[in-house]
Amino acid sequence: MPDQFIFAMEVTLNGLMTGVMYALVALGFVLIYKASGIFNYSQGVLALFAAMTLVGIQEGRVPFSHLINAVFGTEVSHFPWNSVPGFLAILLAVVVMIALAWAIQRFVFRHLVGQEPIILFMATIGLAYFLEGTADLMWGSEIRTLNVGLPQGINTLIDETTYQWFGYGFFIDNLDIVASVVAAVLVAVLVAFAQYTKQGRAMRAVADDHQAALSVGVSLNFVWILVWSLAGIVALVAGVMWGSKSGVQFSLSLIALKALPVLMLGGFTSIPGAIVGGLIIGVGESLFEFLVGPMIGGATENWFAYVLALIFLVFRPQGLFGEKIIERV
Amino acid sequence: MTMMHYEPYQTEDGRTIGNTLMEMKNITLRFGGVVAIKDISFDIREGEIRAIIGPNGAGKSSMLNVISGFYNPQDGEVWYKGERRPHMRPYQVARLGIARTFQNIALFEGMSVLDNIMTGRLNHMSASILDQMIWWGKAEREEVKNREKAEEIIDFLEIQAIRKTPVGRLPYGLKKRVELARALVADPSLLLLDEPMAGMNVEEKEDMSRFILDVNDEFGTTIALIEHDMGVVMDLSDRVVVMDYGKKIGDGTPDEVRTNQEVIDAYLGVAHD
Repeated sequence: MPDQFIFAMEVTLNGLMTGVMYALVALGFVLIYKASGIFNYSQGVLALFAAMTLVGIQEGRVPFSHLINAVFGTEVSHFPWNSVPGFLAILLAVVVMIALAWAIQRFVFRHLVGQEPIILFMATIGLAYFLEGTADLMWGSEIRTLNVGLPQGINTLIDETTYQWFGYGFFIDNLDIVASVVAAVLVAVLVAFAQYTKQGRAMRAVADDHQAALSVGVSLNFVWILVWSLAGIVALVAGVMWGSKSGVQFSLSLIALKALPVLMLGGFTSIPGAIVGGLIIGVGESLFEFLVGPMIGGATENWFAYVLALIFLVFRPQGLFGEKIIERV
Repeated sequence: MTMMHYEPYQTEDGRTIGNTLMEMKNITLRFGGVVAIKDISFDIREGEIRAIIGPNGAGKSSMLNVISGFYNPQDGEVWYKGERRPHMRPYQVARLGIARTFQNIALFEGMSVLDNIMTGRLNHMSASILDQMIWWGKAEREEVKNREKAEEIIDFLEIQAIRKTPVGRLPYGLKKRVELARALVADPSLLLLDEPMAGMNVEEKEDMSRFILDVNDEFGTTIALIEHDMGVVMDLSDRVVVMDYGKKIGDGTPDEVRTNQEVIDAYLGVAHD
């Protein structure tokens, strides 16, 4: 009979994995917030849109087929090729996300330059509903399964090893392990990009001061399209992971709500913060549910993250890694 | 229309003033019904320190903003390096080699002094993104070169001690100097300084004057600067444009301008009709 401690270890490991998934969503928020001061409410819907687009392309569906059929009285639904291989579909989905980034910048935010943050925030709420509707119209609203060939199911190596050590096999999903590796690579690439490349430095410059950025030859428009593209690609990665895990459906967009407490913990402006925040929330809520949950009737995962974020807001409003607010008086 | 060409000449202190680098022709700038700049023409020659002076509200900053592309004039032509410059955005002007500072200082407050200065080299980076991410080949050579240039400017402007300090923590006078460094590190063909001495005490003003002269002397940088303190400008500049109420009322060497009756009136506050 395994003791509580070994159970807690398994819970912690699984919490870490879930945390990585939260962090993936939070990353998209951080990217846009850092570079344009926009709190992007539509990040979750962006992930949904990306996942639906990926599934749609993979299944060879004709976009807007319902609309086309209704208008022209046709019966189209699938392209003749029926299915597209996973990596090609992902590439095409990336292209779609970049095009979407361009459109968002061109038709929405270009007209709102210099507006109050609250107005930009409202615009992203509008954008969220618009994208949700567009995704439905493009690809239909039924629940899909997403399979791009990622391994799924229990990792037998970990199961057997832990069984040998503790006499109890841990249940760790292969998909969660892949997600962790992908997230780690993604973060490394993003940090290298932001720190060392010309485009990344331009991004940081725009985040800090528009006028100064212009004066050193940075095009604001280019940087904003770049940032929305990156957020779109991060959303695609998050969409693939969450979609593979629990299917592509509307509730996918709600994971954005879990990213909020992650951001409050990690700080809205820090890429490492998003990761650490995600891990703390993931482990925290799993352990809390495991240790305290049974005493107070369970289902603590629904609220634990938000309460933790509230406590953080009181004691460290800029988050763990957020830029300290310096004010000269 | 072609640009005017003068013979290059030596100044008394041995600097060479070359051909016309930039020429503003009949520039008119309006904001709604307000005419900020009214039909002004003047030129800037290679290697000189050109000042634009005038009382508050004369349109000096507007003129600088026209040169740097932040404002687009309704009328008139901007000629640069022998070609008419089309309508351009500020970042495009910056890429032409025209660097500037701002009256109210525009720095990246969250970055260190060194990082701020390094942004001035953004347009000197051309390696591919992948190379830049892993510091490979051309990217590494460029980075080393840019860093050397930044260090050279840091030494030159005597700000070694604050290289790693976040700019947000610096006092006003030093911020002005960091901003100058960021503009200078880009190797500009034309350096625009918007009231470089505004809000400084006497000692800081003297320092800044010395730096401006040294930059021009050492790097041969062409400088156009705006100032409303007449005394400072007269000692610094080779030629001066005087503006008042959006119009040009004087243009010439400091001595010529000083004896110009219209300029004297503007500064002593003779009633306008």
